[in-house]
Amino acid sequence: MSVLRPNASVMGLPYTAPGNAPRGFTLGEHVDPEDPLEVGNSSNPHGKPRAIGPMGRRFQPYKNNGGTVVAVSGKDYSVIASDTRLGSGYSVPSRNVSRIIKLTDKCVLASSGMQSDIAVLHKVLRIRLTQYQYAHHQEMSLTAISQMLSTMLYYRRFQPYYTFNVLGGIDAEGHGWSYSYDAIGSHEKVRAVCSGTGQNLLQPILDNQVEFRQTAPEKKPEELSLEPCVELVKDAFTSAGERDIYTGDIVELAKVTAKGVEIEKFELRSD
Amino acid sequence: MRNFDFLDAEYAISGTRSDEARVSPDAIDLGLSNSLVVPQVDRPSSFLRDAFANVPEKDRIRFAHGTTTLAFSFKGGIIVAVDSRASMGQYIGSGTVKKIIEINPYLLGTMAGGAADCSFWERDLGRRCKLYELRNKERISVAAASKLLANTVYYYKGMGLSMGTMICGWDKTGPSIFYVDSDGTRLKGKMFSVGSGSTFAYGVLDQGYSYDMSDEEAITLGQKSIYHATHRDAASGGVINLYHVKEDGWVKISSEDMMVQHRARMAQIKAENETSAAVVAEPAAA
Repeated sequence: MSVLRPNASVMGLPYTAPGNAPRGFTLGEHVDPEDPLEVGNSSNPHGKPRAIGPMGRRFQPYKNNGGTVVAVSGKDYSVIASDTRLGSGYSVPSRNVSRIIKLTDKCVLASSGMQSDIAVLHKVLRIRLTQYQYAHHQEMSLTAISQMLSTMLYYRRFQPYYTFNVLGGIDAEGHGWSYSYDAIGSHEKVRAVCSGTGQNLLQPILDNQVEFRQTAPEKKPEELSLEPCVELVKDAFTSAGERDIYTGDIVELAKVTAKGVEIEKFELRSD
Repeated sequence: MRNFDFLDAEYAISGTRSDEARVSPDAIDLGLSNSLVVPQVDRPSSFLRDAFANVPEKDRIRFAHGTTTLAFSFKGGIIVAVDSRASMGQYIGSGTVKKIIEINPYLLGTMAGGAADCSFWERDLGRRCKLYELRNKERISVAAASKLLANTVYYYKGMGLSMGTMICGWDKTGPSIFYVDSDGTRLKGKMFSVGSGSTFAYGVLDQGYSYDMSDEEAITLGQKSIYHATHRDAASGGVINLYHVKEDGWVKISSEDMMVQHRARMAQIKAENETSAAVVAEPAAA
């Protein structure tokens, strides 16, 4: 694998000259004319191999497997939830794929996007955290994890992980926080966030009910405590399950408090 | 191999620049090698574009994008003001983004274009400014800091980085602002505005600017320019953040929802209309 260093301007050119770079997939050439699955679509019904021009078939490394992930945090807790449906086009290949991972006793990550990238990202994160634990004899803090995830995503800037992450947990002072990420590591510390296919449906609900945006100042209710927050997240998911084809089946919900992480599951529509 | 960076080259920690520092694929995947992975295709620069060529719009990776930012220098230093909307296509990803990046107590960077590109490379710039300080026992100049950034993004030219930033700070030479973008452009100047709302901001800024402004006037001008940009540019909005760079470092002045400015302006317009209506009504009564 050839690499560019982040300070590459400083550190010089990539160490493999372009001509010597090891070949992986080549764009526009990833077509096997003998493979019956490789050819034949509306513009090429008889399956003849076509010249690779602007309309040719290309290496398509990404697809969206859907799913919705939510993180809502309060004064001393964080609630992170994700459904377990795995979608692909109009089919549902699996109804029980976990997208949520407990990183430490105080930090949980949920990711939507492409299942394979999520699996790799979670695996790599786990390894990094284990290495950290051996090196430092302590668990990584929430803030450190949030920054590490950002850099890990950015290191794949030119070939991103197709993942949309939300991170939730408790910081060193015991306060709950959520972090939202884009696919390449831009992140923000917030109270409540939602990512994935149900984002457009859920985020406005969270803005209104958790951050009290779009509400008249005199109507601002008390800050949410854990139990009402869990109910809110459940309601939100139930609603998303009604209107988003990629959200459904089961929701895994992690409650992070000073006592640790507690995971519960509940059912959504399975159609 | 050509080394562009005269500042770091001499002092680079031995080993990190060596060609022998080949990292295994495992290390890359773990992100331990502090290196950016490049896709193994013939044209890595067009990988992302090609990968999503036939993918429906809704499934494309949309990166958070920044929008209206400005900085100008005047008698009392530099004013840096920004909006805080991050749009991902039509969706408002966030209305509370911190688009002014605190590189160190003397340097500020602004964020327009790709949010991840700006925050990652300006964080990296902070690290390198610190190293410079430790090696040379003095603070880096704004010119040198901005050149470090410009050289870095120039290295990645054509790979799809997107950033338009202003590096603002106060050094031995006084206050200075450098505009740096992902094409590699680096300009020194007294007044810049970057982003889709920049045309609106420039309009207000040019109209109200004078070098001899007081601090208060300059702050008001900065807020007003961003407010008008958020009002007329759909891709700008949210909270208006404003910093003042002085001789002994930057100070955060305000962080206020644009609606506060909007309501104040509407109230003022209403009051003015009522006064002029009263003036018109009076002669008729007489």
